[in-house]
Parts: sequence; C-alpha cells; structure tokens
Amino acid sequence: MASDLEPQRPVLTFSRKIQLINWGLVLLICAITGVGIGLLYSAAGGKWEPWAMRQLVRFFPAFLIMLIFALIDIRIWLRFAYIIYGVMLCLLVAVEIRGQVGMGAQRWIDLGFFVLQPSELMKLALVLALARYFHGLTLDQIGRPLVLIPPLALVFLPVSLVLLQPNLGTALLLMFTAAAIFFAAGVRLWKFALAIGSGLSAIPIGWEFLHDYQKQRVFNFLNPERDPLRTGYNIIQSKIALGSGGLFGKGFMLGSQSQLQFLPEKHTDFIFVVLAEEFGMVGALFILFLYVLVFIYGIVITLSCRNQFGRLIGVGLTMTFFLYVCVNVSMVTGLIPVVGIPLPLVSYGGTAMLTLLLGCGLLLSVSVHRDIRIPRSGLAEL
Amino acid sequence: MAFNGGTMNRDTDRYRTLTRRVLVLGSIKLGLLSTLVARLYYLQVVESARYTMLADENRISLRLVAPSRGLIVDRLGVALAVNQQNYRVVLVQERVRDIEGTLTLLTQIVPLSDTDRRRILREMQRKRRFVPVTVKENLSWDQVAQIETNTPDLPGVSIEVGEIRNYPYGEATAHILGYVGAVAVSEVQGDPVLSLPGFRIGKTGIEKYWEKELRGVAGTSQLEVNAVGRVIRELSRDEGQPGHEVTLTLDLALQQFTQKRLADEQSACAVVMDVHTGGIYTMASNPSYDPNRFSTGINAEVWEELLSNPNAPLTNKTTGSLYSPGSTLKTVVALAALESGVIGAHHTVVCPGYMDLGDHRFHCWKRGGHGTVDMSDALRQSCDTYFYDLARRMSIDRIAEMCHRFGLGETLGLDLPGERSGLVPSRLWKQATYGVPWQQGETLVAAIGQGYVLTTPLQLAVMCARLVNGGYAVKPHLVKQIRQGVAEQTVWPEIGVDKANLDMVVQGMNLVVNHPHGTAYKARITEPGFEMGGKTGTSQVRRISMAERSTGVIKNEDLPWRERDHALFIGFAPVDAPRYAVAAVVEHGGGGSAVAAPIVRDILEECQRRNPARSSPNAEAGASPGAGSGSPGEVGRPKST
Repeated sequence: MASDLEPQRPVLTFSRKIQLINWGLVLLICAITGVGIGLLYSAAGGKWEPWAMRQLVRFFPAFLIMLIFALIDIRIWLRFAYIIYGVMLCLLVAVEIRGQVGMGAQRWIDLGFFVLQPSELMKLALVLALARYFHGLTLDQIGRPLVLIPPLALVFLPVSLVLLQPNLGTALLLMFTAAAIFFAAGVRLWKFALAIGSGLSAIPIGWEFLHDYQKQRVFNFLNPERDPLRTGYNIIQSKIALGSGGLFGKGFMLGSQSQLQFLPEKHTDFIFVVLAEEFGMVGALFILFLYVLVFIYGIVITLSCRNQFGRLIGVGLTMTFFLYVCVNVSMVTGLIPVVGIPLPLVSYGGTAMLTLLLGCGLLLSVSVHRDIRIPRSGLAEL
Repeated sequence: MAFNGGTMNRDTDRYRTLTRRVLVLGSIKLGLLSTLVARLYYLQVVESARYTMLADENRISLRLVAPSRGLIVDRLGVALAVNQQNYRVVLVQERVRDIEGTLTLLTQIVPLSDTDRRRILREMQRKRRFVPVTVKENLSWDQVAQIETNTPDLPGVSIEVGEIRNYPYGEATAHILGYVGAVAVSEVQGDPVLSLPGFRIGKTGIEKYWEKELRGVAGTSQLEVNAVGRVIRELSRDEGQPGHEVTLTLDLALQQFTQKRLADEQSACAVVMDVHTGGIYTMASNPSYDPNRFSTGINAEVWEELLSNPNAPLTNKTTGSLYSPGSTLKTVVALAALESGVIGAHHTVVCPGYMDLGDHRFHCWKRGGHGTVDMSDALRQSCDTYFYDLARRMSIDRIAEMCHRFGLGETLGLDLPGERSGLVPSRLWKQATYGVPWQQGETLVAAIGQGYVLTTPLQLAVMCARLVNGGYAVKPHLVKQIRQGVAEQTVWPEIGVDKANLDMVVQGMNLVVNHPHGTAYKARITEPGFEMGGKTGTSQVRRISMAERSTGVIKNEDLPWRERDHALFIGFAPVDAPRYAVAAVVEHGGGGSAVAAPIVRDILEECQRRNPARSSPNAEAGASPGAGSGSPGEVGRPKST
C-alpha cells in the first residue's frame, strides 16, 4: 500500500522524460507525414511547389511543439483543462460573430502569421475538459443522471457553434469523440440507447436546419450520377480513380485521374485517392496499416496509464484520430456523404496538421507521465 | 488508509470498466476498418476493369482534323482553287503578362482596328485562359517574320497555320467556281466535320455542286486532355482523306481573255463550248466579284454593295439571266419550217418592210424592206418578214417543239447550281398561264425571237452547237474528270432532223458572217482556216409605239442606257468543221452585229489560236475525243463558201 502512496509525486527529470517518450509512435507519425509529402509532390505533377515543400516546412515547428507538449506534466494539463476549453469556446464564438458579418462559412481567424481554426483545436480542448470532469467522478457518481448534465453542456456548446458555422463534419467528430469518452468513463449503456433513440427521432427536424449544400451532399451520396458534372462530380471521379488504380496502381506520378486534374481536392480531402490510384489497393492497405499501428499505440498507452485523466485523454484522442481516418476514407470511397474531413497527417493543410500533432503530443504526454497517479480531487496538492 | 483503499477500489472499478469498454471500442474500430478494406477490394479489384475504362474515357478526347479541300484545276491542269496556308497570330492569355501592352506592341506589326481589339478582349473573357485567341488572320509573310523575330518581347504570342481557300484568278473564275463560306446552322447535318469551328463549305458554283467530292473525309486526333480540356499530348493521329481534285473543261487562258474582253461593256456575258463534247471552255459574266473576299468572311458593306449593284455581279448571266433570243432564234424557226414541210428549200418571200396580219402591221427591222428573199438571204440579212411568213404557215407548237429539241425552254443539266430554264411558249402554256387562247400574231413575234420567248446565253450556245455538230443533242458540262473517276460524256444521241435541212440553216449562218451583205460581215474572221459562222440578234427591251414608228424609230444611241436593245450573237468556228460554239450577250449594247459579233469574233480567234481545231484534238490530252475525224460531228458539216 505504501508503494501506492509513494509514486504520487515521482520526480521525472528532463532526460528521464525524453527516455520515456514513445519513440515508436513518433517514428510512425513521421512515416505517415512522409507518405503524405510524397503524395503531395505527385499531386502537384512532380513538383515541390505548391504543396509538398510547404507541408514539410510546416511539419517541423508543429513537430517541435508536439515534443514540447509530450514533456509538459500531465497535471498541468489537468489544471488548465477548463481554461483551455474556455479560451477555445470564446474563439469559436468570435468566428461565429465574424461569420454572421461575412458571407458563408467563416471558420478561421487570421492571426497574420498563422490562420487559426478554433473548431480544430476545440477537438483537443473538449477531450481535455471531458477527461478532467470524468476524472473527478466515481462510477457510482457517474450513475447519477444529473451528474451528466455539465459534461453534456461541455459538448453541446461547441457542437452547436460548429454547426452554426456550418461545419457538419467537425460537429459529428466532436460528438463521436465525446461519446467515446462518455462510454469509456462508464456511462450506462441504456443512456446511450436513449440518446441514440432521441437523436434518430430528431433527424427529420435537423434536416430542416441543414444548408442547401449539405443537403446536396446527402443527395449526391445517395445517387452520385444525379448531377455528374457538378455536385456529384467529386465522388464519381474519386471512384473512377480508385477503381482504375486496381490492385497495384498505375505507378508514382502516373495516375491519370490525379495528374490530369479530374480529381478535385486531390491535395486535401481526396489525397487518399491519389495514393490508391497510383499505388493501388496495396498502397491503400499500407497506409491503413500505419494508421492501425497508431490506434494500437493509442490503446496501449491508454491502458497502461495509471491515472483516469490520462486514460480518458487516450480514449478521446485515439478516437479522434480514428474518426479522421475512418470518415475520410469512407467519404472518398463513396460510403458516406462528403463531409470535408482530411486524412490525418497526409492531407495538405496547416491547422489540421497542427491539431493532430498537438493531439499526438498530448498522447505522448500521457505516455510519459503514465505512472503518475492523480487523486480524483487531488489538484490542491499540486 | 481506508480512504485511500476506498479510492483505489473505486479507481480499479473505473479502470476495469474503462479497459473493457476501450476494448469494445477497439473492436468496433476494427469492424469499421474491415468495412473500408472490403470497400476498397470491391472498387479496386472487383470493379477495377469498369473504372479503368471510365478513366480512359475521361482522359482521351477524340478531335476531328479538317480534311484538305480538293483542288479545282482547268483542262490543262492549272490550279483555279487552291488551299493557301493561312498564317494567323494567336495569343494565349495565361502566358501574357500585360495584354493591353502586348496588343499595342502587335499593332506596330499588324494593324488592329478598335473593333478588332474589342473582339479580342471579348473572346478572352469568354474562353479559358489557356485557349488561344485569334488576334488576326491572313498575315503576310513579312508580318509573320517580324512577329517571329520579336517573340522574346511577345510572350504568349504565336503563329498558327491553317488552310484558307484561295482563287488565284479571282474575278475571272468567280462565277464558275463560286466560293466557300462558314457552315450555316441549317446545313449542319450528317458529317460531323461540319461542326468544326472555322470549317467552310461551298456556297455557290462548282464549290457547292461538287461539295461532297471536294470536301474529303475528316481525320481524327486522339488527345490526352485534363479535366478542364487542356491538351496534354497527342496520342495518335489519322490525317483523314483530302478531297478529290476536280478537273474542269475550262480553259483558263481563254476564260481570262473573255472576261477581259467583256470588261469593256457594262454588263455582258459569253459562253464557249465544244460542239461535240459539250465541254465548256469559257463561261464569263461581267461584272464579276472577288471570291477571295468570301473565304475570309465578307463584311456587310461589300455584300450590300454586291447585292444592290444593278448589273448583278453575283449572277452568272450565262445560266442565270434570261434574254429574248431575238433573231438568233430564226435559225431554229427556219429548221422547224423546213422539217415540217410547210416550205420547200426554194421558198421565197417578198419583203416590203412589213407584213399585215388582220388589222395589225408587223414591221421588218429594215424600213424599205429586203425585196424578194429566199431562206439563205433571209438568214443572212435577218429579214423579219420572211420569218413572219414562215410563222403564219406554222403553229407555235411546231416552233416550240423544235426549240425544245435544240435545248431551249428547259434546263440542260449543267453541273453548276443556278441554271434557269427560260421559256418557250406554246398554246397550252398560254392557256394555262393567262387563261386566254394563243393569237397568231404572237407566233409572228415569237418567230423573230421576241415576245414570250426567253433563253439563257448557255441555251443559245447549246442551240448553236446542236445546229452545227450535225444534229446531236450535246449537253453542256464543266467537269472533265474527278480524280481517276469517269471521264466526261462525249457521245450524244441524234436529234433526228434531216441533215440537208440542217445544212441549209448552217449555210445561212455561214453567209451571215462571210457574205459581204451579211449582217455580221464586218466582224468576220479573215485568218484562213479560222473563219466563223453565226447569227446576230437584237432583242428589244422597250416597246416601240405607233407614233414613234411614224416619226422614225429613235436610234439606240439616243436612248437612255437602260432602254437600249440587248445585243446578241451566236457563232461557231471553224466554219468548215465546227468545233466551238459561242453565245454572247451584251446587255443594252445596241445591235448584235455591231457589238456582240466582234466580241464573239475575238473569242473564237483566241480560242482557235490556243486550241487549233485542225491539229489532232486527241493529241491534246484527250481534250475532246468526239472531235476527231469520223466522229459524229463530222457528219453533214457545211461546205465553206
């Protein structure tokens, strides 16, 4: 029992922390990013400009921040969880106000040197806030329905703001991530059933609130040939690219669909298709395998963590990462409507890459500080 | 301890639940990923062949390559319609940094009007940034060279080569060849090449009549294109089949000579044909127009001017204008009388200068009359009274029937659009058209080629040819051969008239020119062996009133041009072995003998100098196989005076 008390505040030196960093995961992240840069090089017709070089340049600062995040004590994250969440919520409100003024979707704040997309960072902030909340609850407490109201509010606020932007993809991602945390924290199954039931019954009402272009996406998903030259174009061309890639692909930089510009958004949301066209099903399975390795790392880190806060962060972040991959690939293969979710670490885009690398940083931090035990209400001791 | 232990127990509970549920989540993830893998397998393995085909359909675009239009050459192989390389300067927007500046620079080499500039800028807005916009067509070689040397200063500017139809002899051949123009919406049918931008088809003349042969078959070019249609590279190319070369019976030099000869008159035309083959050597109509202006797209002003010109430069008068044949018709009327037996070979008539029929007096052109005349005299002096007498003895239907046998009153099937049929009146025709019966007086008027009778100059030439070739129903044509195809028709059926009768008429035509008292004696050909025969004609345009008749008919020179008589002449040569027949009409030229006959004389002289009929015609690349000795044309030829 004494050993239970002792390691509550173990002294982790800087060099010890460096050693404790899960270098396998770091390597995996670098490998996936490397594949992405190669594909961006191909998508630009064998040129470093305009995408591959910029992606590479952006990777280094983001990678550095990831390592810094990994070294930050998990208790610091615990302490600032709500504050980070609060700041992100304010930023979301800010873009919402700006969006009301401007035309259409306004999802970013231009800080001059960096374009900030609060809805992306909100994915991390929500995980932090929910993990902190459930960290302080016993299973018995979680059993009480009233206790679930504050975390539901934590989810509801950003989701509704993101929906207003409107950004259906991110909203769904936030909800599913939150659901995973609720589930892992021990919320009873019948409550999920209740939530799903009421959610389904709300679909007809929600449909009325969808924007026209979102409705179009659903229609096109149901029947892509409906308007092959306009809204259905993306998914038809995407399927042609995938199918013509075959088992082994057409070869690096030889994909006619991607090289001849038939494939839209080939450097962002549809980059998986470039890979699948040029390297075939073998290439597609390879990248999926790399992602599966990331999920396995995530699960291992989660289960080997000795504090509930870290475990819940692990559950949330692994889920986020998985949702990115799953939604993106389902979308480009025509299994679900196009919702605008990038392929993590491969798609071109600064904010998404930063978010994912920061998420990995948090995950690494959980891994580094896995042996630190934190009492449910032990914050005062810090 | 108890507190801590409790904490730990609860924490263990939480951990157990979490572990269990994380594993459940993991299984769900695995399940979803399996679905994705299955989906990839379906798309990339099961359906792969279908999508591969679709990808090729995407990237390969088939474009038509316009075939080269067939050449049109004259009987000696001189090219009359050719395809010229048309250099045009084009501009690709995305490669031009400063469009206004570039255009200003270009203006120093190629003059650009404000209209041009506006059109260029408008096209640029409409077209995609990589599609070339034509700045100016039909550049001179100097301009091309200047642009090429200045390319470093003109980024995005380049020279493209296309084909444009060119008629090197312009106005001289305009009425025969016609011209090409852009395809009208109503003309786009069948052949996909017609929808090619800038494709041109024949609009009139040979270009239109033989359009199918001249056009050729479009080739195809397989291009790899990207999603916005930009051409990446050419995968394969099939040049297609160029159009067939069309060889005309036309003799360019004679055509040019004739056109030039006619240019002295305000409005005139002439046609020369081979009396045995029917091949047309010359078909000239003045004024003419420059068909090259149509190839590049004619502007509205020039078009309007051509249309409103009272001398109808766009009309081929030899086939498209109708004239009263005047006295030239007397040849056929005489033949009709001989053939029907209403007169004998030695029939004579006394001409006091008029003939009375009922209470109407029909005047001869000569006030004092010709005295006693036989057929030979009547033709030679063109005595109207003699033919009034013949007309009185015959019905109009007999004359009409003979006219039809000699090609009048009907189209002759010339291989050129726009041929008119003219009019040969008959009893039935008058009853049907005017609802009143035919008057005998009208037969008299018709017998001297006035009144209802209308003919084209081509019909008169054919009439003349059929009279002098021994009575064969020769038909006119312009095309000698198409590529290696069938050659022209040169053997014709007999009309079925008595050769002796025919001889009498031809002999009369001989005397018209070669007898000192013939109406065209002044226009005779003196060069031995080249002598011609013929018949003058003067067709009255206005009506001469009784009052004018009593005070003396006003001379042509004193009338306004529009009211003067048309001058006509039909001629043939050489007189002892006819090979060429000519018809010429000078609108409002006055008398046929004074104006039209000299023109025919000049044409026939030039024609025989260029194509001597005495030398074996077969030696001349089979120009007129029917004209050799022993050919149908030799039978019953008239004796020289």
